[in-house]
Amino acid sequence: MTAYLIRNVRVLDGEPTDLLVRDGVVAEVGAGLTADDATVVDATGLVALPGLVDLHTHLREPGREDAETVESGSRAAALGGYTAVCAMANTSPVADTAGVVEQVWRLGREAGLVDVQPIGAVTVGLAGERLAELGAMADSAARVRIFSDDGHCVADPRLMRRALEYVKAFDGVIAQHAEEPRLTEGAQMHEGEVSTRLGLTGWPAVAEEAIIARDVLLAEHVGSRLHVCHVSTAGSVEVLRQAKARGVRVTAEVTPHHLLLTDEKAESYDPVFKVNPPLRTAADVAALRAALAEGVIDIVATDHAPHAVEDKECEWAYARPGMLGLETALSIALDVFGPQWDLIAERMSRAPARIAGLDGHGLDPAPGVPANLTLVDPAARRVIEPAELASRSRNTPYARMTLPGRIVATFLRGEPTVLDGKAVK
Amino acid sequence: MIRHLLSGADLDADTATLVLDTAAEMATVAGREVKKLPALRGRTVVNLFYEDSTRTRISFEAAAKRLSADVINFSAKGSSVAKGESLKDTALTLQAMGADAVVIRHPASGAPHRLADWVDGSVVNAGDGTHEHPTQALLDAYTMRSRLGRLAGLHVAIVGDVLHSRVARSNVLLLSTLGAKVTLVGPPTLIPVDIASALAPGIDVSYDLDAVAPGVDVVMMLRVQRERMSDSYFPSAREYARRYGLDGPRLRRLPEHAIVMHPGPMNRGMEITPEVADSPRSTIVEQVANGVSVRMAVLYLLLGGNNR
Repeated sequence: MTAYLIRNVRVLDGEPTDLLVRDGVVAEVGAGLTADDATVVDATGLVALPGLVDLHTHLREPGREDAETVESGSRAAALGGYTAVCAMANTSPVADTAGVVEQVWRLGREAGLVDVQPIGAVTVGLAGERLAELGAMADSAARVRIFSDDGHCVADPRLMRRALEYVKAFDGVIAQHAEEPRLTEGAQMHEGEVSTRLGLTGWPAVAEEAIIARDVLLAEHVGSRLHVCHVSTAGSVEVLRQAKARGVRVTAEVTPHHLLLTDEKAESYDPVFKVNPPLRTAADVAALRAALAEGVIDIVATDHAPHAVEDKECEWAYARPGMLGLETALSIALDVFGPQWDLIAERMSRAPARIAGLDGHGLDPAPGVPANLTLVDPAARRVIEPAELASRSRNTPYARMTLPGRIVATFLRGEPTVLDGKAVK
Repeated sequence: MIRHLLSGADLDADTATLVLDTAAEMATVAGREVKKLPALRGRTVVNLFYEDSTRTRISFEAAAKRLSADVINFSAKGSSVAKGESLKDTALTLQAMGADAVVIRHPASGAPHRLADWVDGSVVNAGDGTHEHPTQALLDAYTMRSRLGRLAGLHVAIVGDVLHSRVARSNVLLLSTLGAKVTLVGPPTLIPVDIASALAPGIDVSYDLDAVAPGVDVVMMLRVQRERMSDSYFPSAREYARRYGLDGPRLRRLPEHAIVMHPGPMNRGMEITPEVADSPRSTIVEQVANGVSVRMAVLYLLLGGNNR
């Protein structure tokens, strides 16, 4: 194993120091370190963060390898500063058996760019009718702990209750895509002024808030863990705030795009801005930012959702919902919160690693800790060019925007996956 | 002049008035023995229709032909569209064929906006999903002006399924621009959220047709599809007709000069009774005739017929 001596790096808000990475762990931290056998990385002006952890990634493999593969998505993740991603279950076939989750897990290991932790489906085929073999997925080599029908809501309250109860046996968590299906039939964008003007069927905020309210009560009733995917409304924040104050074991995520973009983006009718849940209003964006800063929302998760060109270069109503996110998430966080490194580390690395139970991730660089870390140049600014992204897809909503921050290097267990801003493999 | 006509909001008061004045000139052509002007000779207008709409397609076709344009009708049925060709590929094909203007009717809101990104010619929105139908609003405004002599200060009630109506959206925008007062009337389930702030802050909303009727100059009845019942927008066709339909007794409570409009096709017995539809107060047939003149004016102005 190679050793790396990272010189003059600031660990979060600390003073510049050196990090010696050897045998997969951070061996030493301190000024003026030397190691003859180590490759020196000059990190003057850079900030070291614990490697980012994404709780919500769509890697599209198996099934839509034209849009993304485990390997291409892993590369996009590494370039975005991630060392672990949780792969959503809505593949084809659905990740609802031990076989499929093990396949995804193995593909992740083979790619070797980030740790790919599969998420298992809650229900067979995401159909919302009967439980998938959650225990088999938990016991498989993939060691699944997060279960989600993401893309679909587990709408049946009895089924949701059972799922929450059942996964207690292996300390699992149900990650709910909160969308009351009857209230969102045919929905195309946030229900409000803009949807009225554009003549697009509305996706009302209450369809999200009603499910979250129900689910926190169910989780409280059965004493289980609930995770709420991609929270998008100010009303949801209030429901979560009250639940947390009562001690309900609920965690929640917000996506970078819901922290930055609003429903007015739909005015172009360009489906690159079509996403589920939809972009909301400026008031929702403000509430989500405040909730994340405060901790009512625990983490940023990308909901990285690659789609082939033909699924986006069409009429709004016919386009698939979803946006790329892995390669731009940190830049959006910097844009929104500025260089609040401890907040960013907490919301994008430590807390998601805790929720997912990913040992060895989400740990600040310190002697003896697995060397999963990323080096950020906070002074850099870059223009997002879709064609330059490592993802197989091009559906970034930030095309041609200038964003702050650049990932210079990422290390996975002491080995660089990204150096000089380029993927190592 | 603007390049595309995608929304009623594309027209400011001067431009809209220019279209209406030009339409009035075009209307004189219809009275001639030879109903044809050479204005668009050598220009190509494509009617790209993804929805059945014989009425609108024929109206645009007649308008283009009276201006001597070459007209290509491209219907989604029996064309490559049925084989799954994307809107973009169709756009590129039309572009390669040298279309100077594309008139598009499409079931998806915003499809004309997408098309305008992909072709060099002018795009005219002939109705997109539940979004807009700006030439319908222009012909409605033209009809009101012809019958009542003005638009500024008129009180227009638009009654019915505003939520799903592209006619209503375009009319609210255009009539507000031209100084008319608009009141939207319908059951609360069929009035879209935040409609005033979305479209025009000056409009009113009422759930009570009888309260609005005595003060209006124009009542515009919108088509209400019976299928909306199954989505619980209202309990039954009979209840809808009782509360929001225009029948003889309600007609008689309108001011004497007030006119009744309908964009068609009508659901007789639902939003309008035959007695009202066929009464002299109704402008429904006139609207169809005015449609050709207004669409001639739109094509003429968009294709620069006045500055070539």
